[in-house]
Amino acid sequence: MQTNRRDFMKLAGFAAAMGISIPAFARASKLPIGRVVIIGGGYAGATAAKYLRMWSLGAIEVVVIEPNQQFVSCPLSNLVLGGNKSIDDLTFGYQLLKSNHGIQWVQDQVTAIDVDAKKISMVRGELSYDRLIIAPGIDFIYDSLPMLQSAEAQKQVPHAWKAGWQTVNLRKQLEAMPNGGVFVMNVPSAPYRCPPGPYERASQAAYYFKNNKPKSKVIVLDANAEIISKKGLFNKVFNEMYAGLIDYRPNNALVTVDVASKTVTTEFEVVKADVLNIIPPQRAGKPAQMAQLNNVDKRWCEVDFLTYESKLVSNVHVIGDAVSAALPKSAHMATNQAKVCANAIVQLMAGLAPDPMPVFANTCYSYVSDKSAMHVANVYRYDEMKRIMVSAEGGGVSAAPSEQEGAYAAAWATNIWSDVLT
Amino acid sequence: MKKTIITAVIIGLFSPMIVSALDLDLNSNDVHIRSLAASCAACHGTLGNAVRRSNSEPSINSIPTLAGAKKDDIIAKLLAFKSGERTATVMHRHAKGLTTDEITALAEYFSAQTPSMPTPLASQKLRENHAN
Repeated sequence: MQTNRRDFMKLAGFAAAMGISIPAFARASKLPIGRVVIIGGGYAGATAAKYLRMWSLGAIEVVVIEPNQQFVSCPLSNLVLGGNKSIDDLTFGYQLLKSNHGIQWVQDQVTAIDVDAKKISMVRGELSYDRLIIAPGIDFIYDSLPMLQSAEAQKQVPHAWKAGWQTVNLRKQLEAMPNGGVFVMNVPSAPYRCPPGPYERASQAAYYFKNNKPKSKVIVLDANAEIISKKGLFNKVFNEMYAGLIDYRPNNALVTVDVASKTVTTEFEVVKADVLNIIPPQRAGKPAQMAQLNNVDKRWCEVDFLTYESKLVSNVHVIGDAVSAALPKSAHMATNQAKVCANAIVQLMAGLAPDPMPVFANTCYSYVSDKSAMHVANVYRYDEMKRIMVSAEGGGVSAAPSEQEGAYAAAWATNIWSDVLT
Repeated sequence: MKKTIITAVIIGLFSPMIVSALDLDLNSNDVHIRSLAASCAACHGTLGNAVRRSNSEPSINSIPTLAGAKKDDIIAKLLAFKSGERTATVMHRHAKGLTTDEITALAEYFSAQTPSMPTPLASQKLRENHAN
């Protein structure tokens, strides 16, 4: 949508009548204008909303549709299982984000998306958009695990892979488990949300057992051939820091689960648990499926990495864990994608070209105890030939977990929460 | 169209920091650098303003506020991380991935930002009706 001089004069006149000065607008050759609707208020969606408003100087109207009233952070939620954080430490409101940036907010559930009419239907109304950003997070695939689909089954065997009450439930089950009990958890085939997350979870459970239930142990059934992220570091943590407490079994994909007896059958064995945590395979969240954007393996969404616009539908962008990319599905990545997407939309809505060479950094910490953490960090740079984001020089992991990095991880959380939610 | 513009201005009224702090009239390098700089916010805060208890305190947990820092200092530190002359837990990984031009542009960007305290964000009790 182009803004002509007459529209601009109206805007300037209105602003003057309201007693505000807009020197920034006066210098802008073209004003980006229009309405962007964002589905999802997680790390990706909330960040896109804030930066669209900031970088358009408030010219782009932004509406967020999010069914939940609160934001609960997945990063650090494994610490709840270790007894080192409470879920309330990780729960925040959207009030500051909304009021600081003038973001319109609709607490509702999307029921249909009409990409031809550029219209979204919700339980309680409809919205039209000029551009749509879908930041849907993940949806679990229960095709091979139908017994775990019901809310009742998930009370017995939680996934706890979206932070919230399931995280609290799993912690309560670990607390109630006798000393000598067995905690069994799985790792789905990659790609899934948060590559090091399952191994951090095993470490947190082991930390709790070491200090409270030393006869207990963690069995990790990994569908992958090896530890997916920070492999050397987690191997050392499993074998040294938690020797005898973590039994790691690679190449051990789930076949079926008996919920009542908490028994898992894999391709190789039958394992009985006292507390069972199954993390199902994942795909792009439901709103992306409604718009039929999950074209890669019917799971993830193919996008243009300069704009995050869907390769299938124009004016619809996808960001966060739902994107098909050979990149870690982390919170920091989700915010980076949101910022590149917002930057591109501000340019496009002003009739200008987006940045042709986006660069961003990812830092991902895993806590292996109450205080010690370790990182994997990389800069990613757009490759013009491959048209994807590729690792730049210098990336890698910590030499060893440390309390110093634990302090940095805490500061990372404090700052990313503030960046996303204020 | 008119309605949209008026709505946009009304919304703009509620975000005074935005209108005064930035400028839409950017060249392509500014557009490139602002999203790269925004990537640093996960640790260093929005526009380089890390969360801290007071403006005189640089940071919590030794992560520096970059807003208003001296350009030459930022360049010197990043180049030292990049060459390995200065040791770090994680910053060498980021510095090595950046070009020297990007390091200079980031230093210019952050040194030009105004130091300010991010709005304090308080955690809250998880509500019963939260999904998951």
